[in-house]
Amino acid sequence: MKILVCISKTPDTTAKIAFTEGNTKLDENGIQWIINPYDEWYSLVRAIELKEKDPATTIHLVTVGNAEVEPIIRKALALGGDEAIRINVQSNDSFVVASQIAEVAKKGAYDLIFTGKETIDYNSASIGSMIAALLDLPFVSLANHFTIEGNTATIKREIEGGEETNEVILPVVVSCQKGMAEQRIPNMRGIMAARTKPLHVQEPIACNESTQVLDFELPPAKQGVKLVATDQMDELVRLLKEEAKVI
Amino acid sequence: MVLVYIDHEDQQIKTSSLEAMSYGAAVAKLLGVSAEALVLGTTQASIKDLGKQGATKVHHIAVDSLNMLDVKVNSTVIAHAATQLNASVVLFAHNINGKALAPAVAIKLKAGFVSGASSLPEIENGFKVTKTVFSGKAFAKINIATPIKVIAINQNCYGLHPIENVAEVVAMQSNIPAPSIKVTEVEKVKGELPLTEANIVVSGGRGLKGPENWGILLDLAKELGAATACSRPVSDSDWRPHHEHVGQTGLQIAPNLYIAIGISGAIQHLAGVNRSKTIVVINKDPEAPFFKAADYGIVGDAFEVVPALTAAIKKSRQSE
Repeated sequence: MKILVCISKTPDTTAKIAFTEGNTKLDENGIQWIINPYDEWYSLVRAIELKEKDPATTIHLVTVGNAEVEPIIRKALALGGDEAIRINVQSNDSFVVASQIAEVAKKGAYDLIFTGKETIDYNSASIGSMIAALLDLPFVSLANHFTIEGNTATIKREIEGGEETNEVILPVVVSCQKGMAEQRIPNMRGIMAARTKPLHVQEPIACNESTQVLDFELPPAKQGVKLVATDQMDELVRLLKEEAKVI
Repeated sequence: MVLVYIDHEDQQIKTSSLEAMSYGAAVAKLLGVSAEALVLGTTQASIKDLGKQGATKVHHIAVDSLNMLDVKVNSTVIAHAATQLNASVVLFAHNINGKALAPAVAIKLKAGFVSGASSLPEIENGFKVTKTVFSGKAFAKINIATPIKVIAINQNCYGLHPIENVAEVVAMQSNIPAPSIKVTEVEKVKGELPLTEANIVVSGGRGLKGPENWGILLDLAKELGAATACSRPVSDSDWRPHHEHVGQTGLQIAPNLYIAIGISGAIQHLAGVNRSKTIVVINKDPEAPFFKAADYGIVGDAFEVVPALTAAIKKSRQSE
């Protein structure tokens, strides 16, 4: 079996977000970069588990970005995966990113394509669905459980107020979230091995951006908290009713 | 024409889709075109009432198999309908189904796509939409450069704007492709309000000290008709089910009222809830960072404050 795991670089979850150059660029000062948590904790680790069960499995990692993303892809390789592909283009447009990955996926003839449920920077939750549409494959979103038998995957996915079980014949694109696997920490052997694993750099296919990020802004600051004493709950109820008008 | 995809479940149209319809009517007005709805599958819901949110027509493809989500099939049907109806903007609610379908529809229509939109578009010199980024820590303004635009709008960012109007329901035919998935089981938590659809959310953190202490929170939620949520440490310790986890790596929600009990307000938690309209924080630590993001704060012991708040709400309900 061949699995393609999509990896994205994002700011750490604790990062304080600020912008520079007239609010057109993320201020990267002091930002720690990490593998997008959903890509790492759920899709990559689940792929590694599948390979542990069936050693004939091959795992390829793919990322779209410039050379700055390489430490992140090496970190992912330290967790597992046989080789990685970096497509040498930087874009915030999900259509461009998905088109590049779809091209890799088409050539590699993968049985399974895993993405995280979304990235924690642009939160578009769009890459998996777009890759599936570009390749005309089935797509299952928000998977929290995944098993495979022969050429059939059994996938549990989140629905509003519950979950649903789907059966799909491979190949399939799956977006992964909590429940798929447990977070792992790379060990020394993995980190050493990652240094020599192949990392192929490919030039992008021609593809026009369909959207452009113009600028950013921070949410307006709160007016300041109104403190209510513990014995004034009737007053809090009044404020919620008459001032905030939310109950 | 602006076409709005309508999600329905349990014989009801989802609130998030009513909101998308209302947003769609406003976009259509800006563009000087009509706002129309697209309903897939069968439902007892009164779909002509989408007129109240500004739809002039409701296109209905009444095929049972479309009630389940098969992204490959349903996105093909939606894209085909959008082409047939000559839609220039196709809108979705940014809910579970919308997140899965909208990007695929965008590909099939060769449309630029923005998800998590939080404002009406600006249509002078382009087509610019503001969306939440960095999990709610910031907004980005995005220009969509393609002739057809697909947008998924954040829940509870635009609201409902009902008018007196009844839409015309038009039956629509469609070639339905062969299914690509088989749904073998559906499990639903009975009688629980889905978090992302709730107007009021009551949420607990480690300050409640253990799962056995959740009774006071559940009582408050019941009195308010609220959904319940929790912080990441609480769900990681299995005090509460994973689907209640709100925050950067859990659910991002935007209720009208968010009541945080015993949650310190780490930046990752705030990212999941800071789009809430009003935030009430109950914490015994006056230095808890959450107070900086709150509208109302009570510095005190949750085990005293929460039952007193529940009683005060009950009392105020009785005097109405």
